[in-house]
Amino acid sequence: MNTAVQRAAEGPGGGSSSQDWTRVETPLAEEAVNSLRCGQRVRIHGWVYAARDAAHQRLFQLLQEGRQLPIDLRGAVIFYVGPSPAPPGRLLGAAGPTTAGRVDRFTPALLRAGLRGMIGKGYRSEAVKQAMQEYGAVYFAAVGGAGVLLAQHIAAAEVVAYPELGPEAIRRLRLVNFPAIVAVDRYGGDLYQIGKSTYRRDGAGEPYRHDGPERPGPGEGALSGQADTSE
Amino acid sequence: MRELDVARVTEAVAELCQRANTLLPADVTRALRQAERAEESAVGREILGQILENASLAAQQRVPMCQDTGMAVVWVEVGQEVHLVGGSLEEAVNAGVRQGYVQGYLRKSVVADPFGRQNTGDNTPAIVHFRLVPGDQVRITVQPKGAGAENMSRLEMLTPADGVEGVLRFVVETVDRAGPNACPPLVVGVGVGGTMEKAALLAKQALLRPVGQHHPSPEMARLEQTLLERINRLGVGPQGLGGRVTALAVHLEVYPTHIACLPVAVNLQCHADRHAATVL
Repeated sequence: MNTAVQRAAEGPGGGSSSQDWTRVETPLAEEAVNSLRCGQRVRIHGWVYAARDAAHQRLFQLLQEGRQLPIDLRGAVIFYVGPSPAPPGRLLGAAGPTTAGRVDRFTPALLRAGLRGMIGKGYRSEAVKQAMQEYGAVYFAAVGGAGVLLAQHIAAAEVVAYPELGPEAIRRLRLVNFPAIVAVDRYGGDLYQIGKSTYRRDGAGEPYRHDGPERPGPGEGALSGQADTSE
Repeated sequence: MRELDVARVTEAVAELCQRANTLLPADVTRALRQAERAEESAVGREILGQILENASLAAQQRVPMCQDTGMAVVWVEVGQEVHLVGGSLEEAVNAGVRQGYVQGYLRKSVVADPFGRQNTGDNTPAIVHFRLVPGDQVRITVQPKGAGAENMSRLEMLTPADGVEGVLRFVVETVDRAGPNACPPLVVGVGVGGTMEKAALLAKQALLRPVGQHHPSPEMARLEQTLLERINRLGVGPQGLGGRVTALAVHLEVYPTHIACLPVAVNLQCHADRHAATVL
């Protein structure tokens, strides 16, 4: 873990070879979270929970009502995944990450309850990134669409809650040498922003601001007197 | 007149669903290898390497390359000299999807209604597009469409005054907004012209072309090239984590339109550009 800071100095995607992996163990200790920086390539070992849209809705509801959760979130890592069915003789089918942004509205509450890591793909909202800084958490990106390769790094799987949700049930997965990239660190560093601005070239047109204001709906721009700048 | 039992359609669709989900077409693999060589970002190259390794593992092990095995979009071109017997063609297609997704251990990702959201349990119904064509054959293409890229697709009714530049900006903006969520590197299907639904259909159909095969018209091919260059200057890169390769190809299809219209639809396809076809 002590190589984390040194690696981070190379910056996103900078110079390191594919051998440069930082080992990460779950449940995540605070110092491990603190040592990780966006752009670092990691190998995750240990138990994580698989949960996606419907499971998040239920966990959020329980937290709102102040009730006990079916899983222990302290130091936990949630992997946003809904695996395909396991063919005979296999633990799981394909098991790659799904888009994280769909659970953003539930995530700050989970972070408050002790969640320390997330594995998924795609942007996180400002609210999630702020809560990650406040409570200390890290977001790992795994390669979307690499579900067979990633499933080879899952050594055990069992449904632990909401079996009726099928592919959306909460599972406990044991990861072994699971490849991922630190996409957002606990200091607000976001590889989606840094990486894009590093490789952006002139002539692509106006940059799109993910967290910028939504384009006004019909009439809204006119009513508020703002120009509709969205071509 | 040639008779064809729809049971053969069911059989074919079941096989195509499994083939499309497990075998990445050779043209896509080739484009990904080229991308791996061209990519400047080390993280981007690592990601492309994982994507290629994943595709070969899926093919060897006969398992779906991605857990999102999509909603099955099925294109059926029916020769007008074929007499289909043995039942409803549309039901036969759906029976094929049901069999393919159950036998192939593919994920069932379809909910019965958009509000109640109960899973139908067998990935039906499919989205079926029929077309009558000359001849006595039936050509079937299965295109499993995952939600990551589908969710980031867009359509807009531009005005004729927006012109070519308006279309280019809309396409580039769509890819930019999609960022990592559509699982780049992408194939970008663009449909321009017709009516609202025609533009959307053209955009989806454009994705069936072999990756990087340009439009036969030199003028359209130039627009595809311009779009690809602009998109690859965005910096989005593999999985949106920064890099030079945001799209593998742009495929543009156009159609005559109304004097007052300039519809443009952009259908994004993730790097798992899956489709398989057969002729009966």
